[in-house]
Amino acid sequence: MPGIKQTAVSVYAWLERRLQLEGPVKDAALHKVPRNTASWWYVFGSAAFTLFFLQIVTGIFLALIYVPSGGEAWNSLMVLNHQVPLGWFVRALHGWGSNFMVAVVLIHMAQVFLFGAYKFPRELTWIFGVFLLLLTLAMAFTGQVMRFDQDSYWGLAIGAMIVSRVPWIGGGLVHLLLGGPIISGATLSRFFTFHVFIVPGLLLFFASLHVWMVLKLGVNEWPMPGRIVRRSTYIDEYNQLAHQDGIPFVPGAFWKDLAFSGAVLAAVAVCALVFGPNGPNGVPDPSIIQTVPKPDFFFLWIYAILAYLPPQLETPFMLIAPLVAIAILLALPFYASEGEKSWHRRPVAVLAVSLIAVAWGTLTQLGTTTPWSPHMEAWSGDTLPVNLVRAATPLVRQGANVFQEKQCRNCHSIGGHGGQRGPALDDVATRMTLDQLRFKVVTGGGNMPAYGKNLSPAEIEALVSFLHTLHPANEPPAVNPASEGISTTHASGGEETPAKAGAKR
Amino acid sequence: MSENQPHQDENQPAGKYVAHGTGTPPIGEQSAQASGREDPITVSRRWLLLKAGIALNGLVGIALAVPLIRYFFGPWRSDGGYKSWVTLGPVDSFPNGETRLAYYKNPYRRPWDGMTDDVACYVRREGSDEFKVFAINCAHLGCPVRWFPQSQLFMCPCHGGVYYADGSRASGPPDRGLFPYSWRIESAQLQIDAGQMPTLSNSASLVKIAMGGNSPCQG
Repeated sequence: MPGIKQTAVSVYAWLERRLQLEGPVKDAALHKVPRNTASWWYVFGSAAFTLFFLQIVTGIFLALIYVPSGGEAWNSLMVLNHQVPLGWFVRALHGWGSNFMVAVVLIHMAQVFLFGAYKFPRELTWIFGVFLLLLTLAMAFTGQVMRFDQDSYWGLAIGAMIVSRVPWIGGGLVHLLLGGPIISGATLSRFFTFHVFIVPGLLLFFASLHVWMVLKLGVNEWPMPGRIVRRSTYIDEYNQLAHQDGIPFVPGAFWKDLAFSGAVLAAVAVCALVFGPNGPNGVPDPSIIQTVPKPDFFFLWIYAILAYLPPQLETPFMLIAPLVAIAILLALPFYASEGEKSWHRRPVAVLAVSLIAVAWGTLTQLGTTTPWSPHMEAWSGDTLPVNLVRAATPLVRQGANVFQEKQCRNCHSIGGHGGQRGPALDDVATRMTLDQLRFKVVTGGGNMPAYGKNLSPAEIEALVSFLHTLHPANEPPAVNPASEGISTTHASGGEETPAKAGAKR
Repeated sequence: MSENQPHQDENQPAGKYVAHGTGTPPIGEQSAQASGREDPITVSRRWLLLKAGIALNGLVGIALAVPLIRYFFGPWRSDGGYKSWVTLGPVDSFPNGETRLAYYKNPYRRPWDGMTDDVACYVRREGSDEFKVFAINCAHLGCPVRWFPQSQLFMCPCHGGVYYADGSRASGPPDRGLFPYSWRIESAQLQIDAGQMPTLSNSASLVKIAMGGNSPCQG
């Protein structure tokens, strides 16, 4: 036994004589950090790094099987899912690792922002962190393309349409983005290059510099209200803090990093095991139009914003807002490089983070439910509540048929089923008179198409008769006050009947 | 940096991390440094050679960059650079007054494109030799719109853009109609000028179908 130990020691010494790594490694491990930074709040950066390495390892494993070809990528993923032993698990690890990495990077960013870590002298650390966030999102988007299924295909189409809005050079930029005139094999090849070579290379480069600066400048101290950052005094104050009330980074703070990284890896593994890999969904065949494309989770909020912008604001928003957002993030450490670090004294910062988090959550929720999209199958798939037609006249029943077969249901729900693009029509008769209903159906307006030429007069009459029955039993349908006095002479039986029929139910 | 600094033992770790040059200097460095500091001619010659080296690399770099940049921008073509006439089928396969989905292989394609070069478009026949051909891509963000013959509307599943039968905008986020293709009839075959994804920045965008479409207000 002592022989083996002796050999190990001399092998180590032989290597160390040449590598000379022991010194810098010891310096890094044992450098003193302020005592209260050995906190569970300081573990997200290292966890992001750990997840990045998980992505590299699982990515290399996937690349052993994956074929980055327009014709074969989808098939090779199916082989990974169903034929290669544990291929599904490696795919799931990579997919869930990606979700966790985006989440942890965002949490890390929110934490260092609230702790004022971007202030002097760590401005560049923050700026490289912004690059790392953008690169992580670039990995998430290009990774979605690697799946090369229907959602990837149409995600690329949306990307190309956004790029095409760049003035003057938009057309050429689309060709560059897609590697040709359409989304094709060339598109996948170039996104593969980005996903596997360019972006990870940049990530590694900036992540290394980011960590290097954390070592050189020291980790951000725990902010205390009233402890003001000043360029002239900060370095001395920090060194005092680190040396008088400091502990060596290893093991004092590092054990928490290790524990959290291990827990995150375990969480990724459990998610991969329980939920499995994501897709691939339908084949990337653009001639299959029976599809409802949706981006992956982390881009749903953009998808939601694009549904709500007024048309004239879309192009400026798509092209300018991202640049403004990035510019604000990059300018932040220069705008606020001194002053209070504590969130107790930075209400605007706390509000900004809260607002962004709430907005992001709301938009993501909307992106999940897509209330703005017509339900393509509602007209043929959703049934009408039976009480609406049980006691109805033939005309009203005919109107109910028109309502279904002309796809009105795709945008208007009744009884909680149907699209949410337009208002629910359960009590539309209380809001609109017969004349208003007829006018709206014929001419459309707002976000409603005009049906004047798509419906015969008989169909229109039946449809509005049906709509006029839609009101609660205890609430009468709307009538036009101006015409009320003459309604006895002008109102036809056909118009009165549905109202009565509705009132009976 | 004295010459009599003791050599460290071969098998001893270097101990505390030392910057390069403070330990054992590389062989031959001492004399060069000693003489170099006193000989401005040598120094200026060395600097000149260094500059020449930089200049050489700069020239070669530019010479290499030109073809590399041209290669990179290879896909960048003028509008129409990818387009050609493709046949959708016999004119008689499109019934009068109806809108049908038609398919073609994209004229610009590679063997490894798989299914991606199967492109669909909507053909609406409006008379014996009157056609309208639309891209399936919504003018908002390019999602595939679906045709509903019952209500004579195109609906987009992504953000709810709706178009009338003639391709004009009915409602939703798009601020224009569907992208039309140029078409012609050659020996009883319907052909369209196709080849690139229609976007707001290529020729597809230039033909704007007037707003209003089937609105009865237009008379």
